[in-house]
Amino acid sequence: MFEQIASNKRRSIALIIGFVLVLVLVGLAVNWLIGYGVVGAVVALVISGAVAFVSYWKSDAVALAVSRAHLADPREYRRLYNLVEGLCIASGLPEPKLYVIDDPAPNAFATGRNPKHASLAVTSGLLGMMNRVELEGVIAHELSHVKNYDILVSTLAVTMVGAVAVLSDIAIRTMWWNGGRTRRDGDQRDGGNPLAFLGFALLLVAPLLARAMQFAVSRRRESLADFSAVHMTRYPPGLISALEKLQADNTVTHSASRATAHLWIEQPTPRREGEGRLQWLNKLFDTHPPLEERIAALREL
Amino acid sequence: MPFVIILIVVVLLVLVVVGTRNGLVRVRNRVENAWAQIDVQLKRRSDLVPNLVETVKGYAAHERETLDAVIKARNAAVTAATPGAASAADAQLSGALGKLFALAEAYPDLKANQNFLALQEELTATDDKVGYARQAYNDAVTTYNTKIQQLPGSVFAGGMGYKQREYYQVDEAAKVAPKVQF
Repeated sequence: MFEQIASNKRRSIALIIGFVLVLVLVGLAVNWLIGYGVVGAVVALVISGAVAFVSYWKSDAVALAVSRAHLADPREYRRLYNLVEGLCIASGLPEPKLYVIDDPAPNAFATGRNPKHASLAVTSGLLGMMNRVELEGVIAHELSHVKNYDILVSTLAVTMVGAVAVLSDIAIRTMWWNGGRTRRDGDQRDGGNPLAFLGFALLLVAPLLARAMQFAVSRRRESLADFSAVHMTRYPPGLISALEKLQADNTVTHSASRATAHLWIEQPTPRREGEGRLQWLNKLFDTHPPLEERIAALREL
Repeated sequence: MPFVIILIVVVLLVLVVVGTRNGLVRVRNRVENAWAQIDVQLKRRSDLVPNLVETVKGYAAHERETLDAVIKARNAAVTAATPGAASAADAQLSGALGKLFALAEAYPDLKANQNFLALQEELTATDDKVGYARQAYNDAVTTYNTKIQQLPGSVFAGGMGYKQREYYQVDEAAKVAPKVQF
């Protein structure tokens, strides 16, 4: 487990460095294409630095706000608080802040930069659907993410994926703006707008880049968290039955966006199934291992 | 030159001793803390029980036998002097409470009472927390015992007064699930 924590911290640093590097490269490319000197690169460095900084300190707040989570009232959600307190006693973790999301789809996620600054959010659908032991299994799964520092990597990925998305959006838009140049008559001869090419390249690369970042939170981690959760509750049937209920439920979690997809206990986006030849490709882009596999793995304990 | 080597060896030795000792203190404190946590939860449970009994009395006063059994077990748990007696009384109390909650199923009014529901939630949660606190205690004891048996801890543990701790064991009475009769 300690190796896992160390590896998650390394990944986080790599993620930040990679992110800053990509943005600076983009800045340099813009410079080279339109020739404003080093200004672009410096601007890119400053912006990416700021985003990385904000990512570390504030991306849990971003993830929670994007999902429209509100703080859970300790009186109203007594059971939730009790379960979390109990599991924190068992695992020696400090108690995270608890949030509720008004969404009928059952789902949950944990976020934050370390166990001391962690938050846990569950949907009202989850609270309504799960009984005590099942809810306990789900919370234990989320607390395992907290304990293993999975939350740091995945939460950083939320804002960085978001930033890349915005960047590629801007690049796409500039394709129509003629790249900031005023000359128009020469366009046909010199083969088009250089910024448009950059925009086009970004357009192709950005979603892949975003995916790569989300894969920093590999799917294996979900299974690992399942096992740690069972170690915490010492009661596999609870989590198994919770996962089965998630499997039976087909509601799409509307509070989840593409950028936060990898945070949740169950993949919030609908799975595209039975598409023949392309199915393996779709599977490649899933953020979570199939629930059947996770249930089967737990059954073997 | 030999002086420098001796100095380095001495410094290294001191570092090892200090590090080992600090490590032992840390795990021992975790054990103590986990033990205290069990007591906190047990105390909380015995504080909740009288409230529950009062609430149930309002709806099912004639179930005197079950209510008395709960009160008796609760008082025994509070006054228990030895750890053995305490754990036996706890097991009794768990059993008696289980009976009481099973009995509540027969009283729809009681089951609809908000106060009763809240108390039931609290007591179930506290029972869970007792279990988790014991689990945490046993985990801490495992780490602690391993540390004083392994090198380098084993070299100093005896001399510094660190002794092995015992696991918290649930006694035989508690292993038998409470019988419910209708």
